[in-house]
Amino acid sequence: MTEILVALILLMIIGALVAIETSNLLYSVISIGAVGFLLSIVFLFLAAPDLAITQMAVEVITLVILLRAIAGSDREAVSDHRSILGTVVTLAMVLILAGFSVRMFADPDFPKFGQPVMDRFEDAPSNKYLRDGLEETGAANIVTAVLLDFRAYDTLGEATVLFCAVVGALSILRRKTKKHPDEPDEEKES
Amino acid sequence: MIYALCFVLILIGLYGVLVRRNIVKIIISLLVIEYGIHLFLVLQSYRPNGVPPIVEPGTEAAVWMQQSVDPLPQALVLTSIVIGLGVLALMVALSIRLYERYETFDISKIRKLKG
Amino acid sequence: MNQPRSSEGMSMIVKTVCGWMKAFILLYGIHIILYGHLTPGGGFAGGVIAASAFVLIVLAEGKTVGLKTFSRKAASTWDSVGVLVFLVMAGLGLVLVGTFFVNFWVTDESAHFTLFSSGIIPVCNIGIGLKVCSSLYLVFVVLTAMHFALNSNSKGEQP
Repeated sequence: MTEILVALILLMIIGALVAIETSNLLYSVISIGAVGFLLSIVFLFLAAPDLAITQMAVEVITLVILLRAIAGSDREAVSDHRSILGTVVTLAMVLILAGFSVRMFADPDFPKFGQPVMDRFEDAPSNKYLRDGLEETGAANIVTAVLLDFRAYDTLGEATVLFCAVVGALSILRRKTKKHPDEPDEEKES
Repeated sequence: MIYALCFVLILIGLYGVLVRRNIVKIIISLLVIEYGIHLFLVLQSYRPNGVPPIVEPGTEAAVWMQQSVDPLPQALVLTSIVIGLGVLALMVALSIRLYERYETFDISKIRKLKG
Repeated sequence: MNQPRSSEGMSMIVKTVCGWMKAFILLYGIHIILYGHLTPGGGFAGGVIAASAFVLIVLAEGKTVGLKTFSRKAASTWDSVGVLVFLVMAGLGLVLVGTFFVNFWVTDESAHFTLFSSGIIPVCNIGIGLKVCSSLYLVFVVLTAMHFALNSNSKGEQP
């Protein structure tokens, strides 16, 4: 099982590298779609079916929105030259972070893969959710019970954030008329 | 180790955000960071040969507690996925407006033009 | 091949197939919302799937038919209705029992694994499903189907 997961995550890394490095914007959007669908399959192997359904549906809408973002422009990212100093500094930073992370993962106190928190501590909240979830809420799907009964405030916050994001996106794209493309600039500035 | 691979994914996304000059590439790199973080959280909840946390009629409590995976990180990631979609819509709206205004996606040119 | 006379939307094959598919996609989304407390899914996943049904209508049939099916004002109204359902269920917890967001309607042992069990969870799922569906549809319509200054047709390039 771990080998399948390692293979899928390696494919995701290759897809992410292709998406970031290629100069044609359409290819990078297609690659990021592939990474998202591979993530949905990884969720299915990790015994999380809610997440697999949600990730797949969200990935479809993400692809449509990203295709809209590049549709009106030229497909080749012509002006994507890089400065040498910026790349070298970023690579150095990334390598330092990678070095620290290797040190962290090699620490013997770091939890191994396959041992969730509820195994290590007896009073972890997940033990209570799994034990009393069905009687206290009556829902068979414990993830929904956690989302909407035990941790309903998080869902309330999520609904608020989604509302604000959509209102923000709509107010950015508001237009005065459709016939005068120059006028909305003055209206947006005020 | 799987956590190291997941961290490599996050670092690739971080490299993309810092180095690329095209706004759509920056948005795509932010998406890669998001995928890496969601993967890391769900990897924390896995148990070998685990079953999804959905109760079926006729299971008893002790066996169920040994078998099921952790439901708490899955609930957190579920809301995060949908919020990520809303934030992506906001970022793409901003980039469309910027393209109309400056006719380029290059952030170094957008910095130089005066509004 | 040439586009038909109403140049909005896609070709006749795509329109015919989408005419069959959109009902199934919407029905599947509603099923995932309603059975969210029994099978995997819930309000978020079902809402996104139901939004993709309406997105399919706009992509296949064009802007005018799509907006006639689900206009922007209707989407904005249903968005607010979804959030209000969620908030009213939370406030009813405060009014009826005394704590803000408590599940005041839990039924007993005999109603487990049925559709009408587990209190306010299905109602909250419906509220969240409405909200997510309308929000994502509204964002998609405003992003893609409005006129822009630099493009000549309303949706940009055909994918």
